[in-house]
Amino acid sequence: MPPENAAEMPPALELLAIHAGYPGLKPVVRDVSLTIGRGESVALLGPSGCGKSTLARVSALLHRPESGEVLLAGKPATGWRYRASRAQRTSVGLVFQQPRAAADPRLSLADLIAEPLRAAKVVARRDRDAIDRKVRPLAERVGLTPDLLTRRPHEVSDGQLQRACVARALVLGPSLLICDEMTAMLDASTTAALVAAVEEYRAESGAALLAVGHDRPLLARWCSRVHDYAALVA
Amino acid sequence: MTSPVEKRMEERTEEHAAVLSVRGLTVSFAVRRDGAWRDVAAVTDVAFGLAPGECLALVGESGCGKSVLASALLGLLPGNADVSGSALLDGVDLLAADEATLAGRIRGRRVGLIPQSPANHLTPVRTIRSQLAETVRELTPHADRQAAVLDAAERALFPADHLDRYPHELSGGLAQRAATALALVADAPLLLADEPTTGLDRDLVDRTAAELRRLVDAGRSLLLITHDLTAAEQVADRVAVMYAGRIAEIADAATFFGAPGPRHPYARGLLDALPTRAFTPIPGMPPTLDDLPPGCAFAPRCPSATAVCTTEIPLLNTPSPGPACHHPADPHTLTHPTDIPSPPKKNSGLSVYAVGESADAT
Repeated sequence: MPPENAAEMPPALELLAIHAGYPGLKPVVRDVSLTIGRGESVALLGPSGCGKSTLARVSALLHRPESGEVLLAGKPATGWRYRASRAQRTSVGLVFQQPRAAADPRLSLADLIAEPLRAAKVVARRDRDAIDRKVRPLAERVGLTPDLLTRRPHEVSDGQLQRACVARALVLGPSLLICDEMTAMLDASTTAALVAAVEEYRAESGAALLAVGHDRPLLARWCSRVHDYAALVA
Repeated sequence: MTSPVEKRMEERTEEHAAVLSVRGLTVSFAVRRDGAWRDVAAVTDVAFGLAPGECLALVGESGCGKSVLASALLGLLPGNADVSGSALLDGVDLLAADEATLAGRIRGRRVGLIPQSPANHLTPVRTIRSQLAETVRELTPHADRQAAVLDAAERALFPADHLDRYPHELSGGLAQRAATALALVADAPLLLADEPTTGLDRDLVDRTAAELRRLVDAGRSLLLITHDLTAAEQVADRVAVMYAGRIAEIADAATFFGAPGPRHPYARGLLDALPTRAFTPIPGMPPTLDDLPPGCAFAPRCPSATAVCTTEIPLLNTPSPGPACHHPADPHTLTHPTDIPSPPKKNSGLSVYAVGESADAT
């Protein structure tokens, strides 16, 4: 349920004067600040190579910024990647552009979706029943049929694999979802289905959303606030 | 009883000698799953023609057989593929030709491939100039190779001062033009573009689409394989919608994207899923190609499916011109997918066709 007193609670994500980049290169993100309130959906729009994906990775605690501050639900982030606190790391769900690059080819789709449960030790690694209880409803929500859950990534299409990746991002019940070009590889129908699945989850949980992409009609339809990345930097 | 649009389509394919004429193209693969051999029907009974200076966009969800179709036309299918039908290009059947014919006379010379990912298509350790020069040497009798290279670059709007760069030094748009330049070297009459816009940002999609359209306007035929409906709308003259290996509907692009829209429920569903329209997905997912339902492959997801749909496979243009559907939308009672109240019917001649058509089909 969305919290009643949402206005008084700290925003889901605050980025304060972020500079980020890669060693030996000019920073690709320069002095960017952005606030996403609880339950709010914000889109970041920009061409390839503008730094919007780097900013998404900073927000998901996957990339350490050179300076600036990231606050998740009001708490400053202290570590990045493996050093991020588990509570903060698991409060963010992330969906990448390329499902094939984001999926372990050895896992069945069911295990793929369940991996965060095991990694975060939410359920015991071998507790099949408990895992099943979490995975089944999510698989249904993203439109994966039970016969697909036993397949491995090479046996399903890009669209089906991306459905599994969305379910994986939702399995720990994140309070912030970050979708980095989630639908760039997908056809119109799968795009609409996955956006609907994300929105259903958000309506139920009150989670916030940061959607990054370059498709203005899609993001304008999906999110309540659309930022041009270029305007954010200036 | 033919609508003006369909009459025009027929004329277009019959009047001009088609550059490419595909009839009854069927591709299946024998694969082993769970210990048993199964037949994957990737492409079934596909037929279309492509006139000079025409672009046909082949659209559909991933895994519907679009790319297998492209591979079949280039003779690039893996060894376990079983191919039947014909695809005539200048009197050569691409499906029956041996490797020597394909390599020596067809690929690059009669069919140019514009690849999905130019960055992967180009050789990373050689400059664009060197790759163009090699292609010029292999495919054309030009005495002045350097002039031919400049000429090829110019035709694809590739800037001459970037010819000495390596692929990684090019932006996505310029890499796309370099790959297009390679496809244009031998002046092939047929171009095959396989998902040329996937993963590109909107500006680059628009630019790529404009460049493809320019090639078509210059008289080349283009088979554009894509799932990007927006790109298809910018380039195509006609649209063929593919579902589960079969063509569900071929329509004029203006009719397809404008009013009254396509008639096959799947094609209507695809358009309805666009964020600029209803943004509602088609329920369910496409069937796996090794386990197709007995009747219409779309029936399990179709709002207008009836008993006949689960037993009989509907065929394209059978019994009369129209989509491969037992219950196609009547173009004159349906409005655009956003479901605005119906405009008044006009052109009574057309309604006669519509009534006759639905009576034939059901």
